[in-house]
Amino acid sequence: MRSADRPLSPHLQIYRWQLTSVLSILHRACGVALSAGTILLVWWLIAAASGPEAYEGVQDFLGSWIGLLLLFGWTLSLFYHLCNGIRHLVWDTGHALDLGSTYIGGWIVVGATAVLTLVAWVAGIAHWVS
Amino acid sequence: MMASRMRSPLGRAIGLGSAKEGVEHWWAQRVTAIALVPLSLWFVASVISLVGADIETVQNWVGLPLPAILLVLLLIATFYHASLGLQVVIEDYVHPELARLGLVVVVRLLSFGFAVAGIFAVLSIALGSTS
Repeated sequence: MRSADRPLSPHLQIYRWQLTSVLSILHRACGVALSAGTILLVWWLIAAASGPEAYEGVQDFLGSWIGLLLLFGWTLSLFYHLCNGIRHLVWDTGHALDLGSTYIGGWIVVGATAVLTLVAWVAGIAHWVS
Repeated sequence: MMASRMRSPLGRAIGLGSAKEGVEHWWAQRVTAIALVPLSLWFVASVISLVGADIETVQNWVGLPLPAILLVLLLIATFYHASLGLQVVIEDYVHPELARLGLVVVVRLLSFGFAVAGIFAVLSIALGSTS
């Protein structure tokens, strides 16, 4: 192939977005966000091991609007990365790699992420209220 | 190891690919991913049941054998998986060699540090060294 005929990397300014590419970059973004967000888990555990004052600090932070927003982002990222990660594991077995299956799998992941996030927050809020 | 068996006979004979360690990295990322499917679902369900709980309730829960064991496993799998994933992101986007190498080292050390901190917290609660 002459070098002029080689396919180029997408130029983002004129690139038509597709479900598959958006989900791919979201998988990465959510993975990076989760890496940072999981520090919250460590903070929570250390506070629980340290005593009531430290634990109250975590609870106050997580109960504030910014804490709740972070927690919501964390659950959304987790469920997305989890569902799409399973999609990746299926691909690793050599299955569902054709174009049609990548779209079907992609929409299943989007739906499952929405349902799981909703269920988790409804359950959490119900638990909080009771 | 499993990973060495996943190489083709030719690949094994030639020895090393361009990255020298790709198969092990790829394999570890998948194994930790599989472990994290049940562990993270269990963790989210547990946190939901602990919403609004006071510190005594949380300490009692962390101190139970099953939650303590699963939390330690979750911490190991999470930070191992995170350091492998972040390494790929860094290697894709950071081109100057020294910066790339430095960031990978920093991510590895931080992941290890956070994992140890979390595991220590779980064990100190479970083994009763906190008041």
